[in-house]
Amino acid sequence: MSMNLTLKVWRQAGATAAGDFETYQVPGVNEDMSFLEMLDVVNEQLIGDGREPIAFDHDCREGICGSCGVVINGRPHGPLQGVTTCQLHMRNYRDGDTIVVEPWRAAAFPVIRDLVVDRSAFDRIIQAGGYITAPTGGARDANLTLIPKAVADVAMDAAACIGCGACVAACPNSAANLFTGAKITALNVLPQGQPERWARVAAMVDRMEDQFGSCTNYTECEAVCPAGISVNVIAKMNRDYLKSRFKDRRSLIRQADVADEA
Amino acid sequence: MSQTQIAGDPALKSNIPAGPLAEKWDGHRFSTKLVAPQNRRRFQVIIVGTGLAGAAAAATLGEQGYAVKSFCFQDSPRRAHSIAAQGGINAAKNYKNDGDSVYRLFYDTIKGGDYRAREANVHRLAQVSTQIIDQCAAQGVPFAREYGGLLDNRSFGGAQVSRTFYARGQTGQQLELGAYQALSRQIELGTVTMYNRHEMLDLVLKDGRAVGIIVRDLVTGEISSHSAHAVVLATGGYSNVFYLSTGAKGCNVTAIWRAHKKGAYFANPCYTQIHPTCIPQSGDYQSKLTLMSESLRNDGRVWSATKQGESRRASEIPDSERDYFLERRYPAFANLVPRDVASRAAKLQVDQGFGVGELHNGVYLDFRDAIQRLGRTVVEQRYGNLFDMYANITGDDPYSVPMRIYPAPHYTMGGLWVDYNLMSNVPGLFVAGEANFSDHGANRLGASALMQGLADGYFVLPATLPGELANQLGTPVADPNGPEFRDAEQAVRDEVSKFLSINGKQTVDTFHRKLGKIMWENCGMARNAAGLKQAREDIVALREEFWSDVKVLGSGNTLNQSLEKAGRVADFIELGALMCQDALDREESCGGHFREEHQTPDGEALRDDDNYAYVAAWEYQGAGKLANLHKEALEFEYVHPSQRSYK
Ligand SMILES: Cc1cc2nc3c(=O)[nH]c(=O)nc-3n(C[C@H](O)[C@H](O)[C@H](O)COP(=O)(O)OP(=O)(O)OC[C@H]3O[C@@H](n4cnc5c(N)ncnc54)[C@H](O)[C@@H]3O)c2cc1C
Ligand code: FES
Repeated sequence: MSMNLTLKVWRQAGATAAGDFETYQVPGVNEDMSFLEMLDVVNEQLIGDGREPIAFDHDCREGICGSCGVVINGRPHGPLQGVTTCQLHMRNYRDGDTIVVEPWRAAAFPVIRDLVVDRSAFDRIIQAGGYITAPTGGARDANLTLIPKAVADVAMDAAACIGCGACVAACPNSAANLFTGAKITALNVLPQGQPERWARVAAMVDRMEDQFGSCTNYTECEAVCPAGISVNVIAKMNRDYLKSRFKDRRSLIRQADVADEA
Repeated sequence: MSQTQIAGDPALKSNIPAGPLAEKWDGHRFSTKLVAPQNRRRFQVIIVGTGLAGAAAAATLGEQGYAVKSFCFQDSPRRAHSIAAQGGINAAKNYKNDGDSVYRLFYDTIKGGDYRAREANVHRLAQVSTQIIDQCAAQGVPFAREYGGLLDNRSFGGAQVSRTFYARGQTGQQLELGAYQALSRQIELGTVTMYNRHEMLDLVLKDGRAVGIIVRDLVTGEISSHSAHAVVLATGGYSNVFYLSTGAKGCNVTAIWRAHKKGAYFANPCYTQIHPTCIPQSGDYQSKLTLMSESLRNDGRVWSATKQGESRRASEIPDSERDYFLERRYPAFANLVPRDVASRAAKLQVDQGFGVGELHNGVYLDFRDAIQRLGRTVVEQRYGNLFDMYANITGDDPYSVPMRIYPAPHYTMGGLWVDYNLMSNVPGLFVAGEANFSDHGANRLGASALMQGLADGYFVLPATLPGELANQLGTPVADPNGPEFRDAEQAVRDEVSKFLSINGKQTVDTFHRKLGKIMWENCGMARNAAGLKQAREDIVALREEFWSDVKVLGSGNTLNQSLEKAGRVADFIELGALMCQDALDREESCGGHFREEHQTPDGEALRDDDNYAYVAAWEYQGAGKLANLHKEALEFEYVHPSQRSYK
């Protein structure tokens, strides 16, 4: 089955250039194509016509690296639940459809070109504390730390985040709470994550707030997340953040005591 | 010790430590020179690549106190292609008490590699495997657990023990995030400076040493020089030489190819792994092939039609007209034979006309019996996400219709030649992960690439690289404004201008597809002399055509994805020619390299240990010219080479 589509794509030459939509007629789209393969076909046509191809981020094309992501007819990653742009297939469209394609829109994710945005603000949140301090070499046997399956499963559910940024793009406030909450939950539920639990949540939330908008519980993020991250991670993050104000102070005092004795 | 007549090249020093196999690594670490903590800040180390190998190395060397610069072409270091690995990571923990040991993992890897890897390297890999799991668990990698809280294991890809650790179907993702988080911590601490969206386009040498790299900022187009005391390339594999592969779209050979052009030897380029369980191609627009995890073969049964041109639906084909060809040909290992064996068997069925599906370009992987035996819930628990992925891509429901699968290029065992320290023949240039040739011989076992990447990054390089740095104590880092850097920068600028000025008629992807077709047909799963010779000629011609007719629009001073691809495809074309040369030269079949002229009467690979038990390390001689061969003879002291048999 082949279809003819009309595509309206956001084109923007650079970060400071003004952007606008351009319209392309795309004939002969095969229903087994992925959305990005359809864009590949458009790009080959554009180059043939001597026009610069549409820039878009992509890499694995398997829904796991988090590189891809565009807003399709107003919805990040398009119409399907739990599916990234690269895994969206054209059988979800009908002959004659018009499809509007835009980049993520958020102040923290400035456009670099066309559909490509700068998501390094996410990296900076992780750098603030999204890790367990475990320098290479000193680890003890992995089976000495027992982790109940249920706990490992909660950690894994949260750790499945692919860092694509759809949550921010969907949020009316451009908040990054789902992304940040997912990482905090993944680490804070584990026994290995306990020593830094309070410092981690404090540092990451502060870094997040420096860069992103505030969450007012629209939960649009959960609806568009291709990795199925639940908004429960935001509640978990908020609880830990509140507690951190108290726990962190206490642990700081303890550290000071130890230092005095030493 | 097995005796061969092969005369190795004495200049190619593998630097394998003396002593009994099991003591080599410890002894070597003890005899390697150290750098005192207060001196480490003075050493600059460049690490290109942030996959498992690169991120682990950057984090660990940063922790040790070296001044590290890390580069990747993606927008974030977390997106390196390691993130896409699904199935798992091996380690000789023997947690299942089913007879595993360091020696058995070593033995299996040597045998699986069809006796074309170095014993000493492989034994070290098996030794450090156990530390990897401890390290990753300490970082919080959410490995699958048993109900009692212990780590779970499964058997994977032809292994008779359960030694594979996993995190659902996203093991690579979780290991990559662990390494990325350790790296992020060092970035925050300032020991590592991170350069995202930067592509390495040349290696810079001074007096024969690697002293830095030239990179292009993919956003601004700026070309700049970075100097260091040592350069590590951890830039992944080159399966995309076939155009269609399971690799990410950005995977490329550019970093190691340009190092090769500067003098680094390329080892065993023709050893490529074709993975048996991928979704077959559906049309010309196809941009990549998707892997369905090998773990599916634990419960799925592979079959093809017994009638040529079978057009009935699977459910209408009675059991008597199904050929469970792996079970038939390999009763002992059945559906779990190693990848190369399974891939070739599937190709044979399709070539003989027994393929299934509308295009007859695949075989079935059927869960009907597993669902009957285990129930749908268990199958769903084990493979649910993979089934969803399959359904999403193909529009078929694998719970009711068998999956269609076909082999696809997946992994490249070849790579830059390195010694036991992972240093190439160019002093100061180290190579880690899939980018080197070191541990898998002619075929890699499932779940062993993640192990090797992390072994190299967390444990091997951090022990061996300081030994090389120690020799340079007091030597200042090369001047990035020196003539070597200026010339290299200029060459890169000239290349960019050249691409933009050709203004031909064919897109970069058109050339990439043409190359892929030549490679897949002649240097893929089965190869023969006539095809390889023809392919080499075709590639030389394709190269000419590329440089006169490629069309790259836009400018060099902005994000320009066609320009990025042009550089990568130019390098793939040259690599393709070398792969054909290597495949032609190796007059035997081994692992992933199957020469039709060299097979047993029943169609199995026929090795020639007397004449080919060597590593082929190729020296670049100029574009379009044949490369020069250097041989490193392989000696087997512990595992006696025998014909692999999975019957
Ligand atoms: C779909 C799939 C599934 C797999 N599943 C498994 C599995 O279950 N178990 C297993 O053991 N193995 C598996 N493998 C193999 C394994 O994932 C890889 O071999 C391994 O992850 C490679 O790691 P790496 O660190 O060497 O390279 P990569 O992870 O590929 O990283 C390469 C890095 O180099 C950078 N880079 C490349 N070129 C340049 C350049 N010119 N300039 C700057 N940066 C550059 C990239 O940005 C990236 O950061 C799988 C592979 C695939 C494709
Ligand atoms: S390209 Fe990797 S998630 Fe879409």
